[in-house]
This record gives sequence, structure tokens and C-alpha cells, in this order.
Amino acid sequence: MANTTASAEMLPTESSKQKQLKSLISKYGIYFAFIGLVIFMSAMHPAFLTVTNILNIIRQVTSIGLIALGVTIIIITRGIDLSSGSVLALVSVVAASLAQNPDWHAKMYPSLPALPVIVPILAALAIGSLCGAINGAFVAKTGIPPFIATLGMMIVARGAALIYSDGRPVSDLNDSYNFIGQGEIFGIPFPVILFIIMALISWILLNRTRFGKYAYSIGGNEQAAFVSGINVAKYKILVYTFGGFLAGMAGLVLSARISSGQPGLGNMFELDAIAAATIGGVSHAGGIGTIQGTVVGALIIGVLNNGLDLLNVSAYWQQIIKGSIIVAAVVFDMRKNARKN
Amino acid sequence: MQSEVVLDMQGISKSFPGVKALSDVQLTLREGEVHALMGENGAGKSTLMKILFGMYTRDCGIIKLDGKEVELNGTLDSLEHGVSMIHQELSPVLHRSVAENIWLGREPVKGLLKLVDHDKMWADTKGLLERLDLEIDPREHMVSLTVAQMQMIEIAKAVSYNAKIIIMDEPSSSLTDKEVGHLFEIIRKLKGQGVAIVYISHKMDEIFEIADTITVFRDGQYISSVPARETNQSKLIKMMVGRELNKMFTREDHTIGEDMLKVEGLSLEKRFEDVSFDVKKGEIFGIAGLVGAGRTELVETLFGVRSKSAGHIYIKGKHVHIKSPDHAKKNGMALLTEDRRQSGLSLMLSVEDNTAVANMDSYVGGGNLLEVARLKKEAKEECKKIRVKTPTMTEPIGNLSGGNQQKVLLARWLLTKPDILFLDEPTRGIDVGAKAEIYKLISMFAQEGKTVIMVSSEMPELLGMCDRILVMHEGRNKGILDRNDASQEAIMSLALQKH
Ligand SMILES: Nc1ncnc2c1ncn2[C@@H]1O[C@H](COP(=O)(O)OP(=O)(O)OP(=O)(O)O)[C@@H](O)[C@H]1O
Ligand SMILES: [Mg+2]
Repeated sequence: MANTTASAEMLPTESSKQKQLKSLISKYGIYFAFIGLVIFMSAMHPAFLTVTNILNIIRQVTSIGLIALGVTIIIITRGIDLSSGSVLALVSVVAASLAQNPDWHAKMYPSLPALPVIVPILAALAIGSLCGAINGAFVAKTGIPPFIATLGMMIVARGAALIYSDGRPVSDLNDSYNFIGQGEIFGIPFPVILFIIMALISWILLNRTRFGKYAYSIGGNEQAAFVSGINVAKYKILVYTFGGFLAGMAGLVLSARISSGQPGLGNMFELDAIAAATIGGVSHAGGIGTIQGTVVGALIIGVLNNGLDLLNVSAYWQQIIKGSIIVAAVVFDMRKNARKN
Repeated sequence: MQSEVVLDMQGISKSFPGVKALSDVQLTLREGEVHALMGENGAGKSTLMKILFGMYTRDCGIIKLDGKEVELNGTLDSLEHGVSMIHQELSPVLHRSVAENIWLGREPVKGLLKLVDHDKMWADTKGLLERLDLEIDPREHMVSLTVAQMQMIEIAKAVSYNAKIIIMDEPSSSLTDKEVGHLFEIIRKLKGQGVAIVYISHKMDEIFEIADTITVFRDGQYISSVPARETNQSKLIKMMVGRELNKMFTREDHTIGEDMLKVEGLSLEKRFEDVSFDVKKGEIFGIAGLVGAGRTELVETLFGVRSKSAGHIYIKGKHVHIKSPDHAKKNGMALLTEDRRQSGLSLMLSVEDNTAVANMDSYVGGGNLLEVARLKKEAKEECKKIRVKTPTMTEPIGNLSGGNQQKVLLARWLLTKPDILFLDEPTRGIDVGAKAEIYKLISMFAQEGKTVIMVSSEMPELLGMCDRILVMHEGRNKGILDRNDASQEAIMSLALQKH
């Protein structure tokens, strides 16, 4: 029996070289598109390619980017999370209420002493994770579609945020809290550092732990994952919990950046996050997607927002352009998958 | 006098990234013949047929239908040219009727509004099914049919296109002997009507029963075409694997030890009842019976895929409550499932991940991180051991040939080093050479004092490998035959015995 495994002796013919090029382009298409976009924007506007502006872009996409990291893993399991924008809002008002300056006249808890910053941080992450865990539990234990489970959470969490804050912003937050959104370390904005760390952690989770391998496996074929002895329910709950955790973190970052928790915050962020993941090549059929793709997807959204602003494109047109790009990205992705055959 | 050539394919080549699936192969098909296409897993049989059916485009070569050169771009093109295909994996629309499945996408319409003409559809379907002697109600939903019936519907669909050439890619892999008999009747009938049939199968006895001509491929190359009458099994094997295969079944000396698994009064509602048996260390234990006897359900219940309604399970003398496959795995069990699409493969994931997925726990190292290098190494070694043919370990498994996918699933479970290995139709779609390899692995596994429990519809496999064989019929244990008493007749008479 000749070549049992790799057929290395087969020299690439002319046509297979072309094919290799094609597959290279389709594999790394998103990165080429990103580079192209950056070159285009730089040519169009001198202020685009400056360190300040680049950091600014990344800072602006961190909230969406953090959510996108979580939703990437969720979509890989063939799920979806529509609740993250609302969870972000809920987290922002609760965390802010624990971080207000003691002498502020409109303080939510007038008798509350100044708390160490770790308290609102832990509260934020705990609430985010809990919302995610509830999403996951419904998806895993009742079998209702993730779309419905997280749609419910989207509405409930927004409602909870409004009730908690009585519909008003929670403002005048202390400096150590604000640092999360406004601080810098060695000239790099803290949110950017946070985003990079979380992207790395997500990458490790997805590629170097059982959690990630099982996420792919569940999305690839849930029944097969179950029969292979994977505790599907447990891992689904964990995946949604991680998504909620990141939404919580996004809530911290955003409220700290604007120094205020607001029940209306993060409106439609879940959709931008899903768009970032989708542009980055995550397949809604499950089992396919990468963190690096999603990061680039988020950056593309950031560059578009920023660049179109610089070019004075009206906000209305920006929506049309963004929407078209998302659909185009998916069409490209489908074609790439279809071409395999 | 030979009948007319209906199809002539010459010089066909096809490459996928990293694989030359076909290089310069040929195939000539005559009117009214059954033409068997044979070769090892990954030899390129399905690929050639997908080219003929317009699913893949060839890199080069000529296709002539009825003497005229044609281009086949897409399946509609092929259907129009009278070529039809029944796939290795069926994909019916389950919750629609038989008739709707047959006429899907070309429903007869009537009137101005082009409403679907259901009456005509029922009538046409009825006529079609009668023509093939199929007793199936056109209004029945696909879900309520057996796999065999679904297959027959696929054939009826092919006939409904007035196909002159029907390709059948491993049509018998999930059929019982009786159903295969029925399939052959239909094939003979079609043959009488002048239809040419390409028949792909790894089952030798079938080939010699039905085929007129046999074409053999090896590693993407054409080896030869011979009339079935002028060859025999061993010649054919030699052509396929390129060497003699002296022994099909290996049975190393193995000592049968103490109890490994003991099952008492196990039941699953409506599927099987009161099944008891025990299996020893080092034993190869077979489970025989017709399709529908409850064999798959039995092993699935033992493995925790389904929850039992009554009974007790003991492993090494310890009473266990298996609640899930996860749990079964922790108790040293492994199950190679029958249906690889449904409950085996994640098609878009790599060969490597598909191999390692059940064994992740053992790769968890410091900081809860996976030892990826070791994972890669072990997955690769295991695949190599059973000769999985793949360009790289990162290839999506959906790109592998059917038989190679099956081998990966076996590798998956061998990697977990189980004490008890359940195999449900382990050699389905696997070529002869690889079969012999797998039997050898099974035998070595038993030799190490482990237990194998094997469900199979292939009698020779059970008779050749097993120490004892449990025969089931309609969810009941009909008796356990010792190796020395077991024979095809003994099994059948137990399997068909009324209470
Ligand atoms: N879509 C694809 N992409 C990449 N490689 C493919 C694809 N389809 C088939 N191949 C490769 O082409 C070769 C031939 O595969 P093919 O399915 O034709 O084999 P086969 O003879 O039908 O085998 P089996 O008996 O196992 O079904 C294999 O090495 C397979 O991995
Ligand atoms: Mg095949």
C-alpha cells in the first residue's frame, strides 16, 4: 500500500500552484482586506495613520471587541448571544453605583462609604457571568434556541438596568474606577491593554484547552460530541458564561471611559460584535472561527467608523456602508467554503 | 455481440489541494450492464462518480455519452444527460412525503397559478413505485421509512429522471441481506430495461453476484477492467491492494479471564427487554441479529447514550450507573457508533481534532492547558497505525473518503485506551485490506486482556472474529452461541425463531 499518509512526493503542478494561491487568498482574505482598507484610509486622510489615531481606534472598539471575543466562541458552538449589549448596560449601572465619589450629591447609596475599586470590578464581572450562565443554562437544559434564550435576556437585562438606575445615569465616579476606561500604561490606553490580554486569553482558551476543543466539537456536530463523552450541557453553560463575563468587562470599560453608568448604554453593541465576528470568518453553521479573525473583524469595524468620520461621511451613509460590508463578507465566506468542492 | 457503449471516460484527472485523487483514469460503460467499481478507501471511486454526476469538475480528460463529447457542469446537466446518482450518504427531506421527495424541485403544476398538481404527483409516484415492485405508500413521510426503503426511493427518483446511467455509491452498506436481495432484484429489472449501472461496494460476494464487469482503481490510477466471470476474489484483491492478502481474519491466541462486563435484565422501553449476558476480559463478543433487533440500542444504552428503563450493569464486578457517554468513558468504555455522519464526525474539523476529541482529558497538562504537541503526535501515530489516508492531519475530515473517515473514528476510540470497546458495524465502507488490518487490531486489543463487543451485520466477520455471539431478535436475547457451535445457519435460526 503506497502513500498511506502525506503524499509529499507529488510535486505541485502549475494548476495546483494557482490553486494554492487561491486558497491562500481565501484563507487570509480578511487580513488582506484589512490591510487594503488601512492603506486606502491612509491615502485618503493624513491624520489616519498616526499613533494617536490608531490607539484611538482600538480604544473605541474595545467594548465591541470584548463582546465579540465571547460571541465568537458562542457562535462556534452554533449559538448566538443577543443579550450582551443589555448586560453591558446592567453591569455599567451596578458597577457605577459602587464607584461613586462619596461627596456627590446625587449619589445612589448616600450612606455608602468609598469602596475599593475591586468591589465594583468584581460585581461587574460577577453580574456579567451570571447573566451568561443563565443564558447558557436555558440553552443547554431546556433546549430552546439560543436566539430566543438570549433575546429574553436582552430585554430582561435592559429592564433590570432601567429599574436599578431608575432610568437615570449613575455619574461622578472615582478616579481609580475611571482609570479602567481612561488610564494609560506606558502611553498605551488601559482598555487597549485589557483587550489585548483578553484576546490572548480567548485564543488560549480556544486553542489550548479542552474548553475550546469542545466548543468546536459541539458546534461541528453536537450529537457526535455527546457520544464522544463530552459533557455538552456543562460546556455550553461555560461558553455562555464566558460571553457574559466579557460583556461585563465591556460594561466596566465603557462606563469608566465616560465616567458614568447608563441604562441605555451598549445599545445594539451585540449586533456590532456579531458583525465583527462574522466579518472575521466565524461560521454561523458552527465549528468554524478564530479569535484572530474576530480581532481583525473588530478592527475593520473600528477603522470604518473612524475613517468614515475622518472623511466626513454622514452617519446615515456609514450605516449603509457597514451593512453592505457585513453581507459582502459573508457572501465571500460562503463562496470560499463552496469552492472547496 | 457486446451491447453499445453508453459512456466513455478517458484520461480523467482530478487533484485536490495536496492530493491527486485521480490521474489519467478511464471507464467504459455499456448499455444494460452492471459495472462494479472497486478499490481501496481513497482510491478515487467516489471522486470519479462525482465528476460524472457534475458535482466536481475534472482537471482534464474526455467524457463521451452515447459517443458524443459532453461537458457536465452541475448535477442538473448530468440529470439532463440521463445520469443519476445515489450517494454514499443519503439526505432525504424527512418530514415530507415520498412523492414530494421524488419530485422535489420539479413538481408537476397545473393551471394559471401553477399550483402543485398533487393528484398527478401521487399517481405518477404510484406508477413509478409499481414499476419497481416497491410497496411503499407515496404519501408516507420519509421519517417513517427504513433506511433500505429510503434507498429504494432514491433509486425510484433516479429512474424518474429516465436515467440511462445510475450510479450507486455503496448502496448496500446499511442494508440487511434480505434488503440487498431486493435491491438486486431492482437492479436486474433496470438492467433489463437497458439502464447501465455503476455499482460501488467493498463487499466481494455482492460484486460477484451482481456485476458483469469490474473496474479496479488503486491510488487514483486505473488498474484494469475485467469481466466478472473471468476473475475471482483473490485476483481481485491482488489488483486492489497490489499484493496478496493471505489472511482475512487474525485471531491471536488470547486468554479469556475474569468478568469484565456483566449485564442483568437490561431493558429500554419499546426497544429491547430483559437482556442479560456477561463478557470476560480478553474476549471478543459478537452481537448478531437483523436490523431492528435492538442491537444498536443495546450498545448505546450500555454506553449511556440512552437511559435504560430497567436492569443492572457491572464492570469488573462493580455495580455501575452509566448516565452519559462522558460517564461511560470514565468507566473505561468506548463506542464506535454505527452512523458516522449523525453521531461520529464533525465534518469541518480537522482529522487531528476528530481523532483526539474523545481523549482530551489525557492531554491536560500544567495550568489546565493542553499539551498540544503530544496531542498532535499521538493523533498522528494512531491514524498511521490504521493507515488513514489523508494529505495532512489538519485536513477537514469531510474531504476524506468514506472509508478513511471510518478509520479516523476507530482511531479516536483506540486512542482512549478503553477496557471495553463497543464496535457497531466497525468495518462499514472499509476496503478489504483495511478490514484485515482492523481485525488484527481488534485481536491484538483482546490479547491485551481488553474486551471487545462487536455488533455486525456481516456474518463472516462475526464468525471469523468472535469467541461468543449473542443473537438478538425483536429486542430479545435469543441465545448465545459459542465459537465452535456458531455458523451462519445457527445464527439465522436463532434470529428468526419465534418465542
Ligand atoms: N472535496 C475534497 N477535498 C479534498 N480532497 C478530497 C475531496 N474529495 C475527495 N478527496 C480525496 O480524494 C481521494 C479519493 O477520494 P474518494 O472519495 O474518491 O475515494 P473512494 O475511492 O470513494 O474511497 P471510499 O471507498 O473510502 O469511499 C481521497 O484521498 C480523498 O481524501
Ligand atoms: Mg467513496
